[in-house]
Amino acid sequence: MDILTLHIVVPVLTLVGISLVKGQNMTRWTAAVGMGLQLLLSVYLVFSYLDAKGISPETEVFFTRSIVWFESLNIRYDIGVDGIAVAMIMLTSIVIFTGVFASWELKNMYKEFFIALILLSAGVFGFFISQDLFLMFLFFELAVIPMYLLIGIWGSGPKEYAAMKLTLMLMGGSALLLVGILLLYFGAGALTGTPTFNLHELAAVDFPMEIQRWIFPLTFIGFGVIGALFPFHTWSPDGHSSAPTAVSMLHAGVLMKLGGYGCLKVAIYLVPEAALEMGWIFLILTGISVMYGALGVIKQTDLKYINAYSSVSHCGLVLFAILMFNQTAMNGAVLQMVSHGLMTALFFALIGMLYSRTGTRLVHEMGGLMKTLPFLSVAYVLAGLASLGLPGLSGFVAEMTIFVGAFQNSDLFHRVFTIIAISSIVVTAVYILRVVGALLLGPIKKEKFMNLKDATWYEKLATVTLLLCIVGIGLAPLWLSDMIMNSLESIINQLTGL
Amino acid sequence: METSLNYTIWILILPFAAFVLNGLLSKRLPNQVASAISIISILIAAALSYYLAFVYFTDIGKAAETFMAIKAFDQTWLRFTESLQIKIGFLVDPISIMMLIVVTTVSSLVFIYSIGYMKGEKGYNRFFAFLSLFSFSMMGLVVATNLFQMYIFWELVGVSSFLLIGYYYDKPSAVSASKKAFIVTRFADLGFLLGILLLSYYGNSFDFLEISSDNGAAVSQMGGITFMGMSVLSWALLLVFTGGAGKSAMFPLHIWLPDAMEGPTPVSALIHAATMVVAGVYLVARMFTVYSFGAPDVLEIVAIIGAFSALFAAVIACTQFDIKRVLAFSTMSQIGYMMMALGVSGYAAEGLGFTASMFHLFTHAFFKALLFLGAGAIIHSVHTNDIREMGGLRKYLPISHITFLIACLAISGIPPFAGFFSKDEILAAAQMHGMIYFGVGYLVAGLTAFYMFRLYFMVFWNKNQPAESKVHESPSVMTIPLIILALGSIFAGFVPFGNLITTNGQVLETEFHVSLAAATVGIALVGIVVSYLFYAKPSDRPERIAKSLGGFYRTVYQKFYFDEIYLFITQRIIFGIFSAFIAWFDRNIVDGTINAIGWLTAWISSRIKGLQSGQVQQYAYVFLGGVLIIGLVFFYYWMR
Repeated sequence: MDILTLHIVVPVLTLVGISLVKGQNMTRWTAAVGMGLQLLLSVYLVFSYLDAKGISPETEVFFTRSIVWFESLNIRYDIGVDGIAVAMIMLTSIVIFTGVFASWELKNMYKEFFIALILLSAGVFGFFISQDLFLMFLFFELAVIPMYLLIGIWGSGPKEYAAMKLTLMLMGGSALLLVGILLLYFGAGALTGTPTFNLHELAAVDFPMEIQRWIFPLTFIGFGVIGALFPFHTWSPDGHSSAPTAVSMLHAGVLMKLGGYGCLKVAIYLVPEAALEMGWIFLILTGISVMYGALGVIKQTDLKYINAYSSVSHCGLVLFAILMFNQTAMNGAVLQMVSHGLMTALFFALIGMLYSRTGTRLVHEMGGLMKTLPFLSVAYVLAGLASLGLPGLSGFVAEMTIFVGAFQNSDLFHRVFTIIAISSIVVTAVYILRVVGALLLGPIKKEKFMNLKDATWYEKLATVTLLLCIVGIGLAPLWLSDMIMNSLESIINQLTGL
Repeated sequence: METSLNYTIWILILPFAAFVLNGLLSKRLPNQVASAISIISILIAAALSYYLAFVYFTDIGKAAETFMAIKAFDQTWLRFTESLQIKIGFLVDPISIMMLIVVTTVSSLVFIYSIGYMKGEKGYNRFFAFLSLFSFSMMGLVVATNLFQMYIFWELVGVSSFLLIGYYYDKPSAVSASKKAFIVTRFADLGFLLGILLLSYYGNSFDFLEISSDNGAAVSQMGGITFMGMSVLSWALLLVFTGGAGKSAMFPLHIWLPDAMEGPTPVSALIHAATMVVAGVYLVARMFTVYSFGAPDVLEIVAIIGAFSALFAAVIACTQFDIKRVLAFSTMSQIGYMMMALGVSGYAAEGLGFTASMFHLFTHAFFKALLFLGAGAIIHSVHTNDIREMGGLRKYLPISHITFLIACLAISGIPPFAGFFSKDEILAAAQMHGMIYFGVGYLVAGLTAFYMFRLYFMVFWNKNQPAESKVHESPSVMTIPLIILALGSIFAGFVPFGNLITTNGQVLETEFHVSLAAATVGIALVGIVVSYLFYAKPSDRPERIAKSLGGFYRTVYQKFYFDEIYLFITQRIIFGIFSAFIAWFDRNIVDGTINAIGWLTAWISSRIKGLQSGQVQQYAYVFLGGVLIIGLVFFYYWMR
């Protein structure tokens, strides 16, 4: 069996394993072992990809495999990865692995929880290995639907409302996306004689502008909804605040990245002329969401809302960078997806851990936690510093690549929005330091915080894994950046008409 | 030749390793081990730096009577495009070596001093970890080969400063001071970053040597493009200077520096007096060729900001009572001097200002570190920062007294102490450029002497301590660094800077101006005498003067209300109006629309769901009604 299919098989086998074993301990250990294997598999994938790319640098997609599925409709099980997909798969493995440990103490219907969680991750893995739009869409839906159950059942607060809102908004996005995909499919059929879902076959089709002008907004908004594109982002604060810890981690860390990935690989790759023509509209929206999200954070008091709005800002930067249409900025966009995925997973994990101890998520009810919870607090500070783009941590690498890339567009319109986006780094610093100051520093607010217990081994494992990745990318970013950069050529060639 | 400089990498690695070791193991290491790790690593780095300086100035640096810049190494760290790459390297040239000497010397002494000062503090190991992080970052900044490397370490010194100001993290004032320092400098760094991006977009390089090569030819094409009356190059350099002004606490970005005194005193000495705050001066000096040839208009702005900050801070320093805040404003004032000197400087033979600025940076590091460490020794003994509660300490703290006096004489510009020589050069350079700069500089010299001796007299003379006073001298681990710095403050002025550090690497002939020197010493003596009359003995004279000045005095004492203005802009306008509006808009308008769509769908379905009632009679009515309507429509069309 090929290494990519294994990325789906391992989660599925883990699901089977979980449904067979009994008891909480066996369940969580099965999940942990399964996702641990998945993580090792992804690490192996990274190395084999780098090896393969080193041998044949001209090849774009590696480990390809194509099996006919529905012959009459020309739907195939087309899989393969490039550097971008490898990076996203690695990210997903890390986040789901740490997510299992963040849910270690979950008591209520733990078996079903882990099943839904891992099913979701299987959808994500499938999405990233797909080279066929039908397959991709199928996996996309597979990732979104367990989310409804995960929030609706294991959530907190107004969970039914949040779950419903999130699912409906994402479904709305999917509906647009489906129309866009069908336009591509039938358009290709009309133009070449054989309708196809294959990404690379579609890329070769020269769609007339009248169709492109429909496809681009449909697919860009369709994926943009899950990427928190302003003004379709409001599912995010409500969804994240109601979701259980591991679900927030996976959702903000990985699922939101499906949006950026899809915009890049479908909306821009397949209909480049329309993207170049209409990109400015979305550039305004994303430019707004970067600053808007950041300013919106300042007035929030719930830690999860704070992180949700900051995600709007950071994910806005991803779409913003993609719309700069040059290799450097797009490289920054992918780096930002990886970096934000790690950072926000760490944030949500830590918020969950703090909540389980203090019983509150309101910033002003906490204070001075550094004294009693030094490990968690230091981790929180590091996550915050990564989020505000401190050199040596992953956020800096991503943001600077985006900014340098964005600066290559020298007309006034791009300059203005670039400067707005860059200015957000000051606002980010403001809200991060405010939260850190109120939450962790200062005198201890409440008597009961005096005897809190610091992180347990499984919490430490999750935190340290994420931190190591953030620091690792922050200190030595070149390999990752080059890996992504080399995989962007085909998209750039599409845009420049080569 | 390149390979022989490989050892320089250890200058960076050792402090970083000390930080990592102390940071990760801070709980497990005994205090002595933790401080030993930091101190040994910085001492080795210092020894290597001195060795490098010796080799450079005597042997490898000079080619054809000119000091050359050498890259010890330059490694790609992140690739944006083929030409735009962030490299981490090690640039060896006269100013980077001078800064390395300053940073490693002051760091070593401050580290050693901290053994005594921080003894018994909780988080002792953490303190040394952060100090090592700072030294590493500062040296990385100093030896940067390109703008982006400098920006990276620029941010890292910023965060070290943040961590150290907020060292007493359970103290709300320390927490807010650290936040303020970080955010104000971050705002300035935004300018720096935009400047880098602009410069690199047009110059297609981050590399200092490439940008400055051929007198800035790489970026000179930007001179042609103008925006709002200034060339793009000027804009870029102005933005870069903004970053420098933020870090160096120049007006109007100075507000964080006085608050930063919340940090432990060794931190103030190292970061907020001798090294980090002069990074802005260093930045302008590093890019001086470009400034000088590409944007003389920006250099004029640098001079104006520098001169104004020097005067502004000196005036405020005369009214403050917190010993560390007086020193903080004094630092701001002296850095203003350095900036002014850079601003008034020309190139090559007219480059006196540049040399003077670097010279003053060098001498200032010694006497200002000494002043802060002396202040630390005083605070350590009397447990207060308020100079009104001190007085008569000369009997109890003999070493601190003598060294503090030396530093005061040095900063006031009394020969033969170090400050005299550098200040004299600055004033000479200012005089060549314009009398207004000279006038401001001259006035500041007098004010400096006044407020420094005001401090000195109020602390060491004035009223006597109560007889039962238990105030005593600090341990020798603290006094020895004071003595070493005092020696530096005496002798640093004899370094022949004109031979070593100039704009173009060639020897600059500096002459000694007797009349100028006499005038400078004269005004300094006036300042000292006035403060003697006011403060040497307890008297009500200062208060009477303060009263007679009334509102003006209060305004100065309140630092011209700059904190309040900033607070108003950030809290009221940005947070109170923008942020609150966005939070409201998002919940009510954007989300409201989404919810309204959901609600509308539900409402419509609730309205029409009555149709599916299951009652046959109702279905029959609807059926008949439908038939009737269709019939009428057909009838209507048929009749037409």
